[in-house]
Amino acid sequence: MSAATPTSPALSKAVPAVKAPTLAATGTRSRRRAPAPARILAFVILAVLALAWLTPVLWATLTSFKNEAEAAAMPVTIVPENGFTLQAYVNVLSEGLVPRWAWNSLITSAAVTLITVAISALAGYALSRLRFAGRQMLITLIVASIMIPGQILIVPLFHLMLNLNLVDTYWGIILPQVVAAPMVFILKKFFDQIPFELEEAALMDGASRLRILWSIVLPLSRPILGAVAIFVFIGAWNNFLWPFIVVNDSNLMTLPTGLQTVISAYGIQYAQNMAQAVLAALPLIVVFMFFQRQIIKGIATTGIAGS
Amino acid sequence: MTTTSPTVPRPAGAQAARRPSGGKTRRRTPQAWLFLAPFVIFYLAFMVGPMIWMFVASFFHTSTVESGLGQFAGVENYAEMFAREDFWSALWHTLQFTLYTVPPLVIIAFVMAVLTNRAVRGQWFFRLAFFLPFILPSATISLIWVFIFTPKTGLWSLPATRLGLDVGNGILSDPRTAMIGIAIATIWWTIGFNFVLYLAGLQEIPRELYEAAAVDGATPLQQIWKVTVPLLNRTTGLVILLQIIASLKIFDQVYLMTNGGPGVSTQVALGLITVTAFTDNRIGAASAASVLLFLIILVIAIIQQIVTWASTKREEVS
Repeated sequence: MSAATPTSPALSKAVPAVKAPTLAATGTRSRRRAPAPARILAFVILAVLALAWLTPVLWATLTSFKNEAEAAAMPVTIVPENGFTLQAYVNVLSEGLVPRWAWNSLITSAAVTLITVAISALAGYALSRLRFAGRQMLITLIVASIMIPGQILIVPLFHLMLNLNLVDTYWGIILPQVVAAPMVFILKKFFDQIPFELEEAALMDGASRLRILWSIVLPLSRPILGAVAIFVFIGAWNNFLWPFIVVNDSNLMTLPTGLQTVISAYGIQYAQNMAQAVLAALPLIVVFMFFQRQIIKGIATTGIAGS
Repeated sequence: MTTTSPTVPRPAGAQAARRPSGGKTRRRTPQAWLFLAPFVIFYLAFMVGPMIWMFVASFFHTSTVESGLGQFAGVENYAEMFAREDFWSALWHTLQFTLYTVPPLVIIAFVMAVLTNRAVRGQWFFRLAFFLPFILPSATISLIWVFIFTPKTGLWSLPATRLGLDVGNGILSDPRTAMIGIAIATIWWTIGFNFVLYLAGLQEIPRELYEAAAVDGATPLQQIWKVTVPLLNRTTGLVILLQIIASLKIFDQVYLMTNGGPGVSTQVALGLITVTAFTDNRIGAASAASVLLFLIILVIAIIQQIVTWASTKREEVS
């Protein structure tokens, strides 16, 4: 490993507001030239940490491809002696309801994402651009509710769903999740930074506010809309507590809540348990592979994370 | 966990941005409420309304079996909570969890970020390794860690026996160690978030500072201690406070890994609330417990506001 390479450009791309180190700036030598033993030690620590962090996922994935006997075998075998098998996945997927739960998760998470982005963008635009009585009060309220975790409200929300007859329905899962004060605030802040001159001309030409939002502001806000959508989707997919409370009918369960009900039925079927763990995470790993940069950038710049 | 820190990305041409509050935009636009209506209706229905109802119900013997608020209870629900041993133990377990997780989640994340930032190649790989667990569902991470903590055949038994620890019936089945097991799984799961915040903070430190320190003869370790750590103070403050609030609302991994057990040794506040509300059907008592948890979070949020405000003040002065 060379001692004078500048910071990887990939990372500087991931984090905005960073001056990309030019090649000429290899004056990093003074900083990089740590004594060789220190550099080696630093690398060893980093490698050990990375290994420790990857092992659980790798081991779970590996186990899911073993047969049950070997999954519980001691000493642990790295490469299964009887070869890899998809039996655990076949067993889990033939468990009738798993595809159904995956579908429920997909539908409810997509609906939460769509509704949240739509209502948050509308509200964020109004708070950023329009003047009305009570504006300041509303902004204060929204900012104040950022710190309140939704989990606090499960008891009254369940009671409300009971009265609205929404227990054991898709809407019961979806509706309480669409109120995302942080997302409204993040979008408002972003809209604040867009030069008003762009809209002024359109206003002069008599375009409506809604039209301006749709054809001028939103196209300019694609990166932040994308980040918000990804985080809302991940948050909704991973939400365990609320679907767990509001759904009892096993046909309507989401993947995380449904899987939990069959774990105990499997007992010590390790390969099957690990196949479930992998299946529940698979859609998110796909999302992560596609949007890794936006996800990391979103956290780095706004501190947002799914609920 | 949904949180936000003050910085927000800038769109292209942000330099030309102008506060819309100035000049021509001042005129009032009544249609604003049309834009706000969808959000505000949901906000009132699923946040403000339930919040108010929760406060009211905490003073009644409300239950799921009969409609309405039920009989007036005065402060009985609160008195009951304060008198209940499992309420205090749930709070204690939450504190215990906070104490176990916050230091590693700050220190290890910092070390990861500093080392990754200095790594000459393969940064993408380290970012992936440290961040990946963060996006996994709680259902997945709980399954994986229960498997890892399986006595004898679990992966955990390898280093544990090497270190001379008695694995016994497994870390999760012993009341003294179950919370440690949950803490280890949580640290592994959520550290990626702090890691990314630190990495972003590190990127903003100008290299000239390190160069100047190096010219003055500071060793790399001194550079980290005297330059990096102080400059990342704000990130560290943010990370700690977000972590404390996150600790107060843990539920998933506890429920899925130990279900509060063995006994009630890992029962946390939200676990107690769900049991009271949905197993015992005592909505009023559960509302009182929720209000108390809410007040604790409120106090911490206010402290955070004061700390942020004070540190901004200090920066303005200096």
